[in-house]
Amino acid sequence: MKKYILAMSAAALISMTAGAAQAATKVCFLYVGSKTDGGWTQAHDIGRQELQNHFGDKVETVYLENVPEGPDAERAIERLARSGCELVFTTSFGFMDPTIKAAEKFPDVKFEHATGYKTADNVTTYNSRFYQGRYISGMIAGKVSEKGVAGYIASFPIPEVVQGINAFLLGAQSVNPDFTIKVVWVNSWFDPGKEADAAKALIDQGVDILTQHTDSTAPMQVAAERGIKAFGQASDMIEAGPETQLTAIVDTWGPYYIKRTQAVMDGTWESLSSWDGLAEGILTMAPYTNMPDDVKQMAEELEAKVATGEVNPFTGPINKQDGSVWLKEGEVSDDGTLLGMNFYVEGVDDQLPN
Amino acid sequence: MDLTQAVILTIMTAATPLLLAAIGELVVERSGVLNLGVEGMIIMGAAVAFAVAKLSGNPYLGALCGALTGAAFSLLFGFLTLTLVTNQVATGLSLTILGLGLSGMIGESFVGQAGVPLNEIAIPVLSSIPFIGPLLFNQDIIFYISILLIFGVSWFLFRTRAGLRLRAIGDNHHSAHALGTPVIRTRYLAVMFGGACAGLAGAQLCLVYTPQWVENMSAGRGWIALALVVFGSWRPLRVLAGAYLFGAVTIGQLHAQALGVAIPSQFLSALPYLATIVVLVLISRNRRLTLMNTPACLGQGFVPDR
Repeated sequence: MKKYILAMSAAALISMTAGAAQAATKVCFLYVGSKTDGGWTQAHDIGRQELQNHFGDKVETVYLENVPEGPDAERAIERLARSGCELVFTTSFGFMDPTIKAAEKFPDVKFEHATGYKTADNVTTYNSRFYQGRYISGMIAGKVSEKGVAGYIASFPIPEVVQGINAFLLGAQSVNPDFTIKVVWVNSWFDPGKEADAAKALIDQGVDILTQHTDSTAPMQVAAERGIKAFGQASDMIEAGPETQLTAIVDTWGPYYIKRTQAVMDGTWESLSSWDGLAEGILTMAPYTNMPDDVKQMAEELEAKVATGEVNPFTGPINKQDGSVWLKEGEVSDDGTLLGMNFYVEGVDDQLPN
Repeated sequence: MDLTQAVILTIMTAATPLLLAAIGELVVERSGVLNLGVEGMIIMGAAVAFAVAKLSGNPYLGALCGALTGAAFSLLFGFLTLTLVTNQVATGLSLTILGLGLSGMIGESFVGQAGVPLNEIAIPVLSSIPFIGPLLFNQDIIFYISILLIFGVSWFLFRTRAGLRLRAIGDNHHSAHALGTPVIRTRYLAVMFGGACAGLAGAQLCLVYTPQWVENMSAGRGWIALALVVFGSWRPLRVLAGAYLFGAVTIGQLHAQALGVAIPSQFLSALPYLATIVVLVLISRNRRLTLMNTPACLGQGFVPDR
């Protein structure tokens, strides 16, 4: 909280001095976590730093960290908008409604909301096709796991997370049709203790590979302690498990932030729904480590194929969890279904919370 | 190690920080002081314990410094509420907010670094008892301290003269003062003890539970500890039971999910809190007994009349 206040007053100070350097475009960021969380928020902050380094004096970046999702977020976004930000990135799913509300009050400010689905004339949504990376992770899990059971530590039952679970399982089943996953919901994006407990519970119940859709490195650490393999999330988590991490889905927001800021500078910014993936470089895979060479090679080949679109994780035949047909042979899911995904595919050993 | 043992071990690790923070707060509240700064003291203890352990390479020194930091930090609360007689609720809350911010600054350069874990110490002979040996006698030092503290505090409060005086101060500080008992001094010591316990709980989080430092890693455990003190109706053994019950339900629900039990996970996540409320209702049925255990002067400032 104190840091939050410090950041605010720093932002105020900067906005006062900004009058002198007229040319600088002010770009602001709202973070749900700490910029050094080792995961989600850190990836966004690295993107911000890339943006700053790319434009140098021509942009001024400001961020607020540890802003809780909810009413506080709306006030924080408004304060940013009022302080002269021309472009505001709100970097968490839960900032969606607050962003839309603030955007109505500040029609001249451009807003970009990460991972949401509501747009307006001055609100763009941007997202990454994380599921492409999860499909590759799943394939690796299917090859490396001896028991054929992976543990999945999940945060909240929103479409993005469900997509990830499905893609991971489909990837694993592409090499091992009997592969199953156990899912534990911790109902938090960030609680190292709870994430570690979930990891222990899953390992105690016999999974021999771990993946997570939460932000701390605690599950990686538990996996290292217990001598099983795991996948990193959002940032490269190799430091938490040098002998443990197989790969990680690394969010690479920098190029996108540069592109959009350039658009604001040029006056060509338009509202859109951006959903890029491996091909555009918004999603990258951490080096493939701690696995046999042939699996590594398979992963690299698959990555190339997913990037070119030769392989689409959601290509039929795929059944829903209850056995009914979702996609027929050769049929490919449309983006709308993926963005609103609220069902499991066949083989997930879990009841999806509503 | 079989599944049951593994589960119990996880429960013990999850319950220990709650237990430590709660037993410290219990002594503070028994002396009539309500310190809502537990969360802040835990996180400060965690930040310093991690930093010291990392820089010195000695986790024991880290744990010690974590406890000392908690005690030192609580002195700030003590000075404000006991010497300057400020409002205890407001002061405690600001201690929490200050602790969360300050710890973030202390820990900033340590984020993402591998921690120095406290290793288990196997007690000879006892640790080879089947089943319970590995659970009770092959643990880290903070676990042993937490159990010793429960019985130590229980003995101190109800079997020693000093403990009787402390309880008397909590029940009626004016009478205790009139009898010549040093009210302020005793409360200072109690507050510092509470701080040291919370600091040690923080050390457990970053040296045992998840050997790493991240901001806000206490994630609300200080508040649960505060609730546990009321839950245990200010009695150490009930606090012990409460902390382990809470830990058991927390871990149990994760296992239920992993087993694929068809209960909504949001309900399972709320279960530990629901269980706490249910037990709380059950044990407060006897109103007279509850009143007898509640420190009558809890949260009231004391100004000596002469």
